[in-house]
Amino acid sequence: MNDDNRPMNAPDGTPLPHGQNEPSEAGSPDSHVPAHRQAEPIADPGLPEHTWRPTDIDPLAEKRAERQVAAMFVAAMISAVLFVVAYFTLEVGDNWDTFAGMGASTMALGVTLGVSLLLIGIGIIHLARKLMADVEIVEMRHAAASPPEDREATVQALNDGLDEAGIGRRPLVRNTMLGAVGVLGLPAVVLLRDLAPGDELDIDKLAHTIWEPGMRLVRDVVGTPILASEVEMGDLINAAPEALFPTEENGYEELHGAQLQVDKAKGAIIIVRMNPDDIVPAKGREKWTVDGIICYSKICTHVGCPISLYERTTHHVLCPCHQSTFDLADHAKVVFGPAARPLPQLPLAVDDEGYLVAQSDFTEPIGASYWEREKQ
Amino acid sequence: MSTDSRLDTSKVATSNRTDAATASKPGPGASLATWADDRLGLATAMKKNLRKVFPDHWSFMLGEIALWSFVVLLLTGVFLTLWFNPSMGHVTYEGSYDQLRGIGMSESMASTLNISFDVRGGLLMRQMHHWAAMIFIASMMVHLLRVAFTGAYRKPRELNWVIGCILLLLGTLEGFTGYSLPDDLLSGTGVRAADGFLKATPVAGTYMSFLLFGGEFPGESIIPRLYIVHVLLIPGILLALIAAHMLLLVYHKHTQWPGPGRTEQNVVGYPMLPVYAAKAGGFFFMVFGVIALMGGLMSINPVWKFGPYDPTKVTAGSQPDWYMGWPDGLLRIMPSHMETVLFGYTISWNVLIPILLVPPLMLTVLILLPFLEGWVTGDKRDHHLLQRPRNAPTRTAVMVALMTFYGLAWAAGGNDIIAIKLHASINQITYFMRVAIFLGPLLAFWITRRWCISLQRHDNEKLLHGYETGIITRSPEGQYAERHLPINPKAAYTLTARDRDEVFTGAGDTDAAGVAAPNSRSERLRARLSRWMYSHNVQKPTAAELEEAHHHAEHEAELTAGLDHPVDGHQFDDHRLRDTDDVPLRDH
Repeated sequence: MNDDNRPMNAPDGTPLPHGQNEPSEAGSPDSHVPAHRQAEPIADPGLPEHTWRPTDIDPLAEKRAERQVAAMFVAAMISAVLFVVAYFTLEVGDNWDTFAGMGASTMALGVTLGVSLLLIGIGIIHLARKLMADVEIVEMRHAAASPPEDREATVQALNDGLDEAGIGRRPLVRNTMLGAVGVLGLPAVVLLRDLAPGDELDIDKLAHTIWEPGMRLVRDVVGTPILASEVEMGDLINAAPEALFPTEENGYEELHGAQLQVDKAKGAIIIVRMNPDDIVPAKGREKWTVDGIICYSKICTHVGCPISLYERTTHHVLCPCHQSTFDLADHAKVVFGPAARPLPQLPLAVDDEGYLVAQSDFTEPIGASYWEREKQ
Repeated sequence: MSTDSRLDTSKVATSNRTDAATASKPGPGASLATWADDRLGLATAMKKNLRKVFPDHWSFMLGEIALWSFVVLLLTGVFLTLWFNPSMGHVTYEGSYDQLRGIGMSESMASTLNISFDVRGGLLMRQMHHWAAMIFIASMMVHLLRVAFTGAYRKPRELNWVIGCILLLLGTLEGFTGYSLPDDLLSGTGVRAADGFLKATPVAGTYMSFLLFGGEFPGESIIPRLYIVHVLLIPGILLALIAAHMLLLVYHKHTQWPGPGRTEQNVVGYPMLPVYAAKAGGFFFMVFGVIALMGGLMSINPVWKFGPYDPTKVTAGSQPDWYMGWPDGLLRIMPSHMETVLFGYTISWNVLIPILLVPPLMLTVLILLPFLEGWVTGDKRDHHLLQRPRNAPTRTAVMVALMTFYGLAWAAGGNDIIAIKLHASINQITYFMRVAIFLGPLLAFWITRRWCISLQRHDNEKLLHGYETGIITRSPEGQYAERHLPINPKAAYTLTARDRDEVFTGAGDTDAAGVAAPNSRSERLRARLSRWMYSHNVQKPTAAELEEAHHHAEHEAELTAGLDHPVDGHQFDDHRLRDTDDVPLRDH
């Protein structure tokens, strides 16, 4: 409170008194009436006279309001009983879209519960407005601060306590105590290390996917390999690594749980075929395409959504999350939207049977950027 | 101190008594109260609080909506936990919903479908839970705006404002963790984006991502971890902070609008028991009821339509829940190629700025608003009377500018939807937003401030010259004039019940002891800000100005003498000159 910069304080500059409030008389030179209130252009006319409601003076209106409130409560009871009836008579399960895309059960339960609750609420508020005393009363406010003598006593107690503890006089004890408690932060932080247990915390994994030289590209839902000759001009195929669809024939090991999800999340690709003349050859990638078939990671380099919307006339592909747009004909460079880097390209080849295979893994980490990305 | 005991309550409905309900012999209630007080000593605290006064105004109900929807969230949320299985273990769905039967998914998705299709009332509770969450956050936001626009955050309520801002942040996080739990395609996409945000954090981001997901994204840990955060950690903190928010409200007593008899020193309204308790309690049932109707009639988050999460798939129009929309919008309008590699380390400005810098900055600005205002004005007094937004033009304009920023960012988060609905180019919309996000708030600030100042002038006009009756009189000389009538004294008092603004000048300013204040750099900045904030404001007329205006009006009235009855057409409006013998009419 004792700040020098208070141009708008009480005129005598004293702190406002605490805890003792009298009803204000407009214009009274009381020190805890704020300065500006003392010269009001219009005097406070005071609280308006209380007025009576029809329910206060007319017994008929009062009876009517009573009946209205009671009727609402009775209707609420009925609605609650109907809820129970609906619960036991209406089926869930197959009948999930009986009315307007909603199940009869959900709808009936919601309506009966809602009506019952609303009627209770409206009934209580009606009761409060019509029948409870509606006399506004006045309460005086108190300053939020404690009375000065309490403050002084508290400061005194605090000082006495600190004095008796003697911490201030013994810096060695104080500093080592603070240090000891501070160092306890280490165990607290270290304990979190195994949130990613063991070698799960290996960020080098981000630089690699399940793709390896010679692995076939397969269609993402059915897992069938893709013949280079089958890919139509202008098509976009969502594809996956064959290792995610193990069969006896291809001999890949069955993947489970988290590993399967991780490999799926990183291995997703898109394949398009365009006129080989449209492709702007990127340096060092001249041999990464097969007859105009070109393959990129499906995972957006912005924050990692799978991209999906392809416009064949412009060779642009758009991420539906934040609208980053990549030009697939020009090494998937960013032409619009917040992404910063092109989609990583998967070098393609054809195996003996004419199926599309990867020449290698991606040559850079796929997906969203991260701090150590360029280091890997 | 209350005056109710002196009031004539003879006319109050007989079903309702104002005297204490003590029977001649202590009834079971009284003996129970005695038993409890012997052990808990509650009577001392209750004595004051049972009849605590709460002022009435529709805008004081907004925070109540937030409170009650939180209670609904707790109730419906507990119901959902009875069936929900927060596990990413793989199962094949065999429930009632045909289209997904036989499809592999996580147990959390399968149990969500189970709640939706095989538990009676389950879908109702899921939808109520989601609707209540939206109402919770929306009502917190509107409540926050009410508090800011009326200056209720001024001393002594700054800390309650801070608590409120943290509640909004926690509510948003609670919403995000909640809608991520079903592990459907839409929420999984959101979680993957969140992983991208984490990875964009400099230095520790990659490790944070690995630790949160228990390895590489998506792993098998994220759903159970989000679950415990959603059902225990955040709700626990929310509950504690809501309790603190309420306790401070009770301690400070509610703010009130100025009016006849309503001053900085008192609070006028209905007592907690019975009227306020009944109204608030009844309102709980109404909020609950509306949410139940919404849950029963309005579909929300139909996860079965999205299908289970598959990291290789995405749907067009993927969007987070609306309250997460504005950072998403900022993310969308970032220009391309915003990434730097510094000493071999990648800094992704395209994610860093819109997600990790601007939202925390906005929250900080919001939290600091009352402190900044208090510093600029140098006002150290307690404030319990609310201000009309027009009477704090700069504050109102700052809030509208912030709202405009929020609104534009939020709209940018729906740029794909806007493009489809308006058949516009998404690129054009994005380019527009990149400019509008800077210009819009400035324009909004300027318009709002001018608008407020005009409204202040209008108020002064009404005070000085009365209101326009629409009646044109012709003087004997043939001069036409519109007749003005004075507004009623209560309305006039209410219009003047506000402080005069004082510009802090800094230079030559003296403190209470008459010593020149140090004219430091911060003082000069403060003086400049104070001038910027206040110098354009219109102050209320002085007593002399009012006197002069009324004198002028009387003179004019003489010209139109003979009209000793209310002017035609104005017999029933609120401004007419009332006869003192009239039965007083209710104000509300």
